[in-house]
Amino acid sequence: MTEQPIIKIRGLRTQFGTSVIHDDLDLDVRRGEVLGVVGGSGTGKSVLLRTIIGLNKARAGTIEVFGENMTQMSDTQQRQMQERWGVLFQDGALFSSLTVAQNIEVPIKEHTKLKRDVVRELSAVKVDMVGLPPDAAHKFPSELSGGMRKRAGLARSLALDPELVFLDEPTAGLDPIGAAAFDNLIKNLQQSLKLTVFMVTHDLDSLAAICDRIAVLIDKKIVVDTMENLMKLKQPWMQDYFHGPRSRAAIKK
Amino acid sequence: MTAETGWFKTIRDGDCLVVETGGRWNVRTVEALEGKLRRIGVEARSGKMATTARIDLTAVDALDTAGAWLITRTRLGLTAAGIPAEVAGAGAAYVSLLERVEKALQHERPEPPKGNPFIKLLEGLGKAQFDMLAIARNLLSFFGLTLIVFVRVLMNPSRLRFTALVYRMQSTGLNALPIVGLLSFLIGVVVAFQGADQLRQFGAEIFTVNLLGVSILRELGVLITAILIAGRSGSAFTAQIGTMKVNQEVDAMETIGLDPIEILVIPRVLALMITLPLLVFYADIMAMLGGMLMATTALDISVSTFLKQLQSSITFTTFMVGMVKAPVFAFLISLVGCFEGFNVAGSAESVGRQTTTAVVEAIFLVIVFDAAFSIMFSFLGI
Repeated sequence: MTEQPIIKIRGLRTQFGTSVIHDDLDLDVRRGEVLGVVGGSGTGKSVLLRTIIGLNKARAGTIEVFGENMTQMSDTQQRQMQERWGVLFQDGALFSSLTVAQNIEVPIKEHTKLKRDVVRELSAVKVDMVGLPPDAAHKFPSELSGGMRKRAGLARSLALDPELVFLDEPTAGLDPIGAAAFDNLIKNLQQSLKLTVFMVTHDLDSLAAICDRIAVLIDKKIVVDTMENLMKLKQPWMQDYFHGPRSRAAIKK
Repeated sequence: MTAETGWFKTIRDGDCLVVETGGRWNVRTVEALEGKLRRIGVEARSGKMATTARIDLTAVDALDTAGAWLITRTRLGLTAAGIPAEVAGAGAAYVSLLERVEKALQHERPEPPKGNPFIKLLEGLGKAQFDMLAIARNLLSFFGLTLIVFVRVLMNPSRLRFTALVYRMQSTGLNALPIVGLLSFLIGVVVAFQGADQLRQFGAEIFTVNLLGVSILRELGVLITAILIAGRSGSAFTAQIGTMKVNQEVDAMETIGLDPIEILVIPRVLALMITLPLLVFYADIMAMLGGMLMATTALDISVSTFLKQLQSSITFTTFMVGMVKAPVFAFLISLVGCFEGFNVAGSAESVGRQTTTAVVEAIFLVIVFDAAFSIMFSFLGI
């Protein structure tokens, strides 16, 4: 039995004004995999992410998530979809007027009718699961370091135990140790929660360490394969990308 | 929709209390299960005492963090009540999740700091006092700093950013003309109307012109314009400088060797000190026109009578009393606007907060200084 892909994009076209970002783009994300999305700057990695989660409108094509067509969906249906995925934005995008614990409680309170103390318990569990110290729960985002903010953002995106998480450059701006720890965290959570991860990244270490497959955005289209296979391709950008000194160092590990 | 919910039942197996669980144990279903599970501990102790307990997960279809949390909490609760409990029948994936959650539950969790509300109130009150004093002191030192840089620029006029000055004059002065004009015109209309209404009772409608001339020229023209500009330009100064502060542009300036006061503050202060008097003059004229419109249409005072009466009721001093305040107010507004801009720290949220503070402080200072001017003028007999 071939399993239904969790995200299925066919013939996607996005454009801003006259500049076309994606044209006739196809992509399948399999259930339970970690997919890393790479590409030069301006190739529309973040735009693709935003389009899938519905923050951008596609000009043409279909996007199916969990087998449902996102492009023709009522608002109520979209809200139901939102409970099934979590998004981590680049700098965490935490609500600055709420503490970390309250940030995590927001989606739980919005989408369930759990009692207050249960909600509080669950948010404390999430705080611990993403590796934040317990006293961080009562701090405000402005009192946290960049790495901690990302962890808190990840905790919020995991608040409802989604099947699918979107991560936008999760390790950007972290030091190598923090980035490696974050990679580990994602991998661990992905395994224990059986997540599917759609990750936009520039971090070659992340790609090598945790991604099952890599999607390369090139010429408004996408090429998906494992790192080994992509490295064999003769496309010039990919040659530069996967055979540069940084890439070689990352793969050696 | 039985498949969408979770269930459990308790069976006795000798001395062992077996909790059979099944269905979906996730964030959607734990609410219903949670209350019922609480009672298990009580049941286990009442009646024939069970010595051990086993939670069987064989029939569970879906387990997420919330479900794992509930199962782990039940298990730990039973164990704590003296009934050692274990989990059985969990698949490998569930085991790792349960272990992860158990680890999370074992960490101590500090409560958010809570204190005596009365003490907190006192503390807040005291802190507000000190904060206010600190703001006053910092504003004063900012005032001093600005003056020093101002003098330095005056000594060496080539340091003045002329383009920035002209640009600020355009945005704070020229672009404010429509709104200042419209509002002053309406104020003129209102003052004339209210004055006429009262003075008519004494048959002294003609003195409406005196009221209009004196009140607008001495007080209202400059006050309304200053308050409007505090809201329009003072807030803009705070937002502009605050945003630059958040983007670390101010830090960048300092490292390049540029003086942020000289570049950001001086052109703004100077521009507003030039444009506000001009705006006040314009506002005075527009208010007079508004009053005149009212007088000629509603009071049957002809234009020539109006002008004649106006001329006899006001002197050049009346006009100057209002006018002389304008540069002072301009200085206050721009100083506070820039000062609060530099006070922005950390996030974009802070920009909004400081902008609000700047407007409130600027309007406060403008009115306080206006009162001080009034007292001073009355001592001087003007």
